[in-house]
Amino acid sequence: MASALINVPARAKRGEIIEVKTLISHPMETGYRRSQLGALIPRDIIRLFVCTYNGTEVFRAELHPAIAANPFIVFSTVATESGTLAFRWTGDKGFSVAESVAITVA
Amino acid sequence: MRRLCAAAGAIALATSAFAGEIPRSDRRSGYDFMSRETRAMQDDDSANPGLLWVLEGDGLWNRRTGTASRACVDCHGDARVSMKGVAARHPSFSAAQGRPVNLEQRINGCRINQQKAPPLAWESRDLLALTAYVARQSRGLPIEVGIDQRTQAFLDAGRATFERRQGQLNLACSQCHDDHWGRRLAGNVVPQAHPTGYPLYRLEWQTLGSLQRRLRNCLVGMRVEPYDYGAPELVDLELFLMWRARGMTFEAPAVRP
Repeated sequence: MASALINVPARAKRGEIIEVKTLISHPMETGYRRSQLGALIPRDIIRLFVCTYNGTEVFRAELHPAIAANPFIVFSTVATESGTLAFRWTGDKGFSVAESVAITVA
Repeated sequence: MRRLCAAAGAIALATSAFAGEIPRSDRRSGYDFMSRETRAMQDDDSANPGLLWVLEGDGLWNRRTGTASRACVDCHGDARVSMKGVAARHPSFSAAQGRPVNLEQRINGCRINQQKAPPLAWESRDLLALTAYVARQSRGLPIEVGIDQRTQAFLDAGRATFERRQGQLNLACSQCHDDHWGRRLAGNVVPQAHPTGYPLYRLEWQTLGSLQRRLRNCLVGMRVEPYDYGAPELVDLELFLMWRARGMTFEAPAVRP
């Protein structure tokens, strides 16, 4: 059910700074809210987002309860070589989603 | 003197009756009242969270379901062609039901009659996803609900609901959205209530929601007992609002604050 939208330029020049946009479907339940019956709703958030570029980590973010649902993470990196950008989101309740996007560097 | 008073009264009545309607040239989508950041979020397909539902709807469109084991695509083919403009025409008249139905009801009708599957619950993820996927195909097209002899009575009923004072605050929809749009209600700008982008992602909800959810929200704010999801009164109101927004650009899935 979890789906992610990723926007990376398909081709770039070597040394160019590229912008990477990621959007993932997740409720980001804080763990501080209560149900209508007063029971605490257990926390269910993404804890960690990691992006690797041909195996090398280029971006990492820790997420916390104050982050809104469906986290939108934008960062930039330098296009060094052709290959793949791999993304992984991990979180509570065993949440784990992996996506990858190919990039051609000329 | 009495005649003068009566004439003055008639003029006052006439102006108050017409002051409400927003001239076509003054109509503005909720988009125009938003901040630059929120507009950018709606316009960028990789930042608009509504696209997550569209993506999911794309999967559901192609998935077989029900005892008929049929997918939407088996009858309707490519949604980009067959569903173009469909959402901008809803609510539309259903001969089977003898009244206008909205897009969610149309989808559920298809599920029951064609796919032989149970209807999807209101505001469920699947129904929102399918609606968003279908609505997306009308993006950029003008809103055009067909009003004819069959639907005129429902349009009038919707208009009556829009203009009727109701609830503990004794407010009518038109008092805010016709007479005081552009002014502020607490910290928020009062929009003109044109349903140009439903289902839409509301930042306050942190999720996608239907027009009926929004209408019920508004009714609760007016301290009115809200109509149930799918109630004829709400569908009539949807029909009136879409007719009121005729010619405006459809922008689903929109983002609103």
